[in-house]
Amino acid sequence: MATTTLVRERVGYRSTLFEWLTTTDHKKIGVLYLTSSLIFFLLGGLQALAIRTQLAFPNQALLDHATYNDFFTIHGTTMIFLFAMPILSGLANFVVPLQIGAADMAFPRINALGFWMVPMGGLLIYATYLAGGAGIGWTGYVPLSDAGPGGVFGPGTGLGVDFWIMGLVFLGASSILGAINFLATIFKLRAPGLTMWRLPIFVWTVLVTQTLALFAIPVFTTALVLLFIDRNFTHGAFFNPAAGGNAILWQNMFWFFGHPEVYIMILPAMGVISEVVPVFSRKPLFGYKAFIGATIGIGLLAFGVWAHHMFATGAVYLPFFSFVTGLIGVPTGIKFFNWLATMWRGQISLKTPMLFAIAFLAMFLIGGLDGAVLAAVPFDYDVTDTYWVVAHLHYVLFGGTALGVFAGIYYWFPKMFGRYLDERLGQIHWLLMFIGVNLTFFPMHILGLEGMPRRIATYPATLDWPILNLLATIGAFVIAAGVAVFFVNLAISIRAGAPAPDDPWDAYTLEWATTSPPPPYNFDTLPPIRSERPLFDLKHGAASDGGALAVATVAAGAGGPGGEA
Amino acid sequence: MTGRAEPVETGLALRGAATARERAGAHPIAGGTDTTVLGVYLFIASEAMFFAGLFAAYFTARTKYSTWPPGGIHLDLPLAAVLTALLVSSSFTMHGAVRAIRAGDRQRMIRWLTVTLVLGTLFLAGQAYDYATLGFGFTSGVYGAAFFTMTGFHGAHVLGGVIAMSVMLGRAGAGQFTAKHHAAIEGVSAYWHFVDLIWVLLFSTLYLLR
Repeated sequence: MATTTLVRERVGYRSTLFEWLTTTDHKKIGVLYLTSSLIFFLLGGLQALAIRTQLAFPNQALLDHATYNDFFTIHGTTMIFLFAMPILSGLANFVVPLQIGAADMAFPRINALGFWMVPMGGLLIYATYLAGGAGIGWTGYVPLSDAGPGGVFGPGTGLGVDFWIMGLVFLGASSILGAINFLATIFKLRAPGLTMWRLPIFVWTVLVTQTLALFAIPVFTTALVLLFIDRNFTHGAFFNPAAGGNAILWQNMFWFFGHPEVYIMILPAMGVISEVVPVFSRKPLFGYKAFIGATIGIGLLAFGVWAHHMFATGAVYLPFFSFVTGLIGVPTGIKFFNWLATMWRGQISLKTPMLFAIAFLAMFLIGGLDGAVLAAVPFDYDVTDTYWVVAHLHYVLFGGTALGVFAGIYYWFPKMFGRYLDERLGQIHWLLMFIGVNLTFFPMHILGLEGMPRRIATYPATLDWPILNLLATIGAFVIAAGVAVFFVNLAISIRAGAPAPDDPWDAYTLEWATTSPPPPYNFDTLPPIRSERPLFDLKHGAASDGGALAVATVAAGAGGPGGEA
Repeated sequence: MTGRAEPVETGLALRGAATARERAGAHPIAGGTDTTVLGVYLFIASEAMFFAGLFAAYFTARTKYSTWPPGGIHLDLPLAAVLTALLVSSSFTMHGAVRAIRAGDRQRMIRWLTVTLVLGTLFLAGQAYDYATLGFGFTSGVYGAAFFTMTGFHGAHVLGGVIAMSVMLGRAGAGQFTAKHHAAIEGVSAYWHFVDLIWVLLFSTLYLLR
């Protein structure tokens, strides 16, 4: 079937464990990223379950308030910095060099360093629990997270906050190293013929994402460093108004990073969807260049909207930030047009990756509309810091990013391990997730409109808050059941899944032109690249000249289900 | 077949048209900036954003005060001017080193790089003297915190450059670097110019703008 069958000579014995701990192979580092991220996904999920259990009924006292604050802080920090960002880096690590026909990343050892900084940063973040907790929210707003005159900390924010800061500086450095590596890889290591306008969409989204990371994360690092100095040496001089500091400065610096961060988490997921939707609709992506333009547009706008998180402070220029935030709807709308027009009259096959992609479209649409109305200042005033915001961000980041990540895992798992993830378990996983996400997060819209504030540990039995909260809690456990099914699927399929051929989905891009799993050096030969779908060209470019396929040596698709070769 | 091969010409009727460079038989992305140097440029971009954050914090803090620097703070402008002269001239000597190795003259590069290293070290020594003799400290309110945070991070970057130059000198002494292969020298040079530029901005902001 495949021609990449070189057997490496064994040079001395190295244990599998040693191999994985010291690897600089982008594919293994990608799998390490995925593994680490999924472990932190479980930890963050457990904290979410604890939060939802506490909120299941009014006036409960399962968790004391300080623990509750620690849980929602570390839940948010974990899901953003230890799950969403690194798992997307993991997919990109595995896929980008393959999609551009490279043998590895530009700087393989920096790649390994960047990965190992993630679990290190995770340990620092979780050390907060041993150091008195950090009940400050993932936004770490001052003066709560700061020290005041005389070095006095806010309640529940002792030494743990310093660990939180150090962990985030670590994770930020890891992301910056990753950004440098991805950008250098994409700019310099593309295969002959792979011009920028032939790059797979996923690579384009990674390119824009990593540019955002390169310019946004250092500013967050500055803010964290200043906060650390403020807490330990200058007692609020930068950020605490009680000591002559400026609390809005923290918010400006945080959100100057924090808003691009949102796109750092969603753009690669959009890239995954843009790989999956065309393949499972049997059509090219509708409007390839428009999609790239929209992605670049979102990237540029990302740096001009941060203050929409700060409307209620009264310290920002509302018309500008409201207008620019509304503008973001344009490129996002273009993308929806791309995806839907791609599916329109396509031969849609509802394999698990496509199920998750379609769920992404529906969930991200709701999340996007939730956010679009928040751009209207009067509405934002009304629901600031209510559950409306919680509903919005979870529809975008769970319904969007997480479901997109699952689509990517089901899509590329056969390439990673040479086996399919089980289709039936995948469908159950998908169904539970789809029900769970909506059951958990949809009621939060109504809670927000009814004024329930976010980040409160208990609530009175007023209005219909009890039933809506109970529904959300039940939904959270449905999500947990779905995640459990996913892990069962992983455990079974990685050893005993149905063997997958090199090109199991009859796909278009270069990663499917090598074996599953690929050899350490990725490719023996590359097909000629004259479009953004080189593998499609190879398989279907000349129906009259079938013999040419054998010449090209990459018998991709032959034997794969649905292969037309 | 082993390793990565050039694209196989299959004679397929391919969908997309070849670009002009491909018709000319050129590798579409061959040439251009060296990968290592590009990595350094990207790193510098992230560093620029880090310092941009510090400057933003500084100017924000400044808006709250009618007199700036706040009362009782005196800076050593003559010393800082000398340090500025040292660092700015070190950019020229660094460029001399780069020109030397581009011309393949390793000995001349080593001489220029050594001069640059000495100038950088002198800057650090001068900064240490400045820190020891200034009448205010890290914890003297927001000005002290901002002053020492900004100049301190810059000083750490100068130290990083001095260490990198020492490594380069060690490698050059071991016979490395030629006119064709000296990406590390180009990278260290770009970084050094950046550190120099940040100091010029710091000097202008802290000493001249007041």
